[in-house]
Amino acid sequence: MTFPTGPSGGAFRARRADHVAISQFVNEGDLVLDVGCGDGQLMQLLQSERGARTRGLEVEQAGVNRCVARGLSVVQGDADNDLPVYPDRAFDVAILSKTIQELARPKFVMGELARIARRVIVSFRNYGHWKVRTALLTTGRVPSLGSSNPDWWSDGARRACSARDLADLAADLGLDITAACAVGGQPADASALKRLNWSAEEIVFVLERHSQ
Amino acid sequence: MTTTARSLASVDGLQRLTIATPDRPLRLDNGRALDHVEIAYETWGKLSPAKDNVVIVCHALTGDQFAASENPVTGRPAWWPTMVGPGKPVDTNRFFVISTNVLGGCMGSTGPASRRPDGHVWGADFPHITVADMVRAQIALLDEMGIDDVFLAIGGSIGGMQVLQWTVQARGRVFAAIPIATAARQSAQNIGFYEVGRQAIMADPNWCDGAYVEQDKRPDRGLAVARMAAHITYVSEPALKRKFDRRLQDREALGFGFDADFQIESYLRHQGQSFVDRFDANSYLYITRAMDYFDLAADHGGQLANAFRGLDTRFCVFSFSSDWHYTPEESRNIVQALNAAGCDVSYVSIETDKGHDAFLLDEPEFEAAITGFIDAIAEARDLPPADEAKAMARGKGKARP
Repeated sequence: MTFPTGPSGGAFRARRADHVAISQFVNEGDLVLDVGCGDGQLMQLLQSERGARTRGLEVEQAGVNRCVARGLSVVQGDADNDLPVYPDRAFDVAILSKTIQELARPKFVMGELARIARRVIVSFRNYGHWKVRTALLTTGRVPSLGSSNPDWWSDGARRACSARDLADLAADLGLDITAACAVGGQPADASALKRLNWSAEEIVFVLERHSQ
Repeated sequence: MTTTARSLASVDGLQRLTIATPDRPLRLDNGRALDHVEIAYETWGKLSPAKDNVVIVCHALTGDQFAASENPVTGRPAWWPTMVGPGKPVDTNRFFVISTNVLGGCMGSTGPASRRPDGHVWGADFPHITVADMVRAQIALLDEMGIDDVFLAIGGSIGGMQVLQWTVQARGRVFAAIPIATAARQSAQNIGFYEVGRQAIMADPNWCDGAYVEQDKRPDRGLAVARMAAHITYVSEPALKRKFDRRLQDREALGFGFDADFQIESYLRHQGQSFVDRFDANSYLYITRAMDYFDLAADHGGQLANAFRGLDTRFCVFSFSSDWHYTPEESRNIVQALNAAGCDVSYVSIETDKGHDAFLLDEPEFEAAITGFIDAIAEARDLPPADEAKAMARGKGKARP
């Protein structure tokens, strides 16, 4: 029996599939802001496997403490309120990993991230997935995503949105989807939106401001 | 080492170095200069051959250089035993820790209680000093000791102000900084509280316009009141309620007099009384004034971020949720400016009801986060890990190649 190994050839470590999907859009040397960075797993992955420099923003003290104890640079704060102080284009990349559906002001936060970073990477649970659509149609209930618990209140999402909803928000903010992929799938461009919105449970978007 | 030879361990047992002489005066922010300055200091641990393991511990208003060992003059225990010592977050097995008594202080460093070259005590003729002057004196001390680079500067309250000042004044010489429960500028509220304390001291007839030492008097009443007023700001209302609430002191009923009916009164009176035995009233005036004058942004065109721009120092800022002396808001201002300047910064806000003084008390979350940060920066600086340093400190380990 063989065990899978990481790209560096080292021993296998549990890596979240969405983190792997996000990391492919981060380049060596990028300065990255991870908004809602939790205990810093993604930042560690981006540092060790992508050679990125990372900063985190996290609201929970326990997460911040774990990050700081791991040697990661993290500021205790709140995406809904603390982003305006960052200067324009301070980062190469800003990441919202499964956080956008938990924000009080998602449009504001997205706009701010597009201001402070050249590239915004968003990962989210796709409520446009066919299972969601058919479940709603057949049972009349909104299914839960990303959780084994079927209760609708169990997955932490404040606002369920689909890939198309997010694409609309991006367009409204003057952002292009320069790449998209299903978590666990291959990178695609914006033309795959319809397919992804039907078939992918979790999606990563790379957003950039329209070129002049 | 020349350091030891030039160190003046005088009758009081305090370790000092001369950092200014008439041909090499210490120039102050107010335009004056001091021709003769001694800085008293303590060290723990061993300086590494590469001199890359130096930690500066900056004390708060009423602290001194005895962060990690008993003060031989007052007999008081170390003031930061939870943070500095063998196996502590600032591990003296790993680091060469230096703590100085600030310029203007009264534990051996030159201050208003020192004698002028003409033999008289300075008193209120001592020049006004700033936090930057204090740091200037500390930098001069390290220069005397032959140390260029500081691995870490750490301190709380006005000690945190010194830490911030260190990073911008010794630009490029401070690898990491931990400012705790502090601010980049003194708030109006704090200026107000300290003004109350100063007025109490100066209203004491024994203050004698600052010349009380020469007249063999002591403005103890005024200094005690100053301490009592300030002490209220160091603790939170929830903590006061928890410890004292409205409980009576050694009595069953209200006394209908001005004795200490309430436990909180008795506690504050004790704080005031025990303070006057160990602190000089003029030092209190001068150091609080230096805090009032502290405004790092004002020194950099009104933009705090400008002070930090281009620094590659790694910062870890701490605040305490119930601190109303230096509020979490003040710390967030520092963090925002550091972010705006593109600096490497972490910020941890600790939930506690212990108020400003929490940084001196046993706070496991606080200590865990500091330990994590220090371990990470030590690794980034290529310092030996804690266990290896411990073995080396015991003389059992091998020197690293």
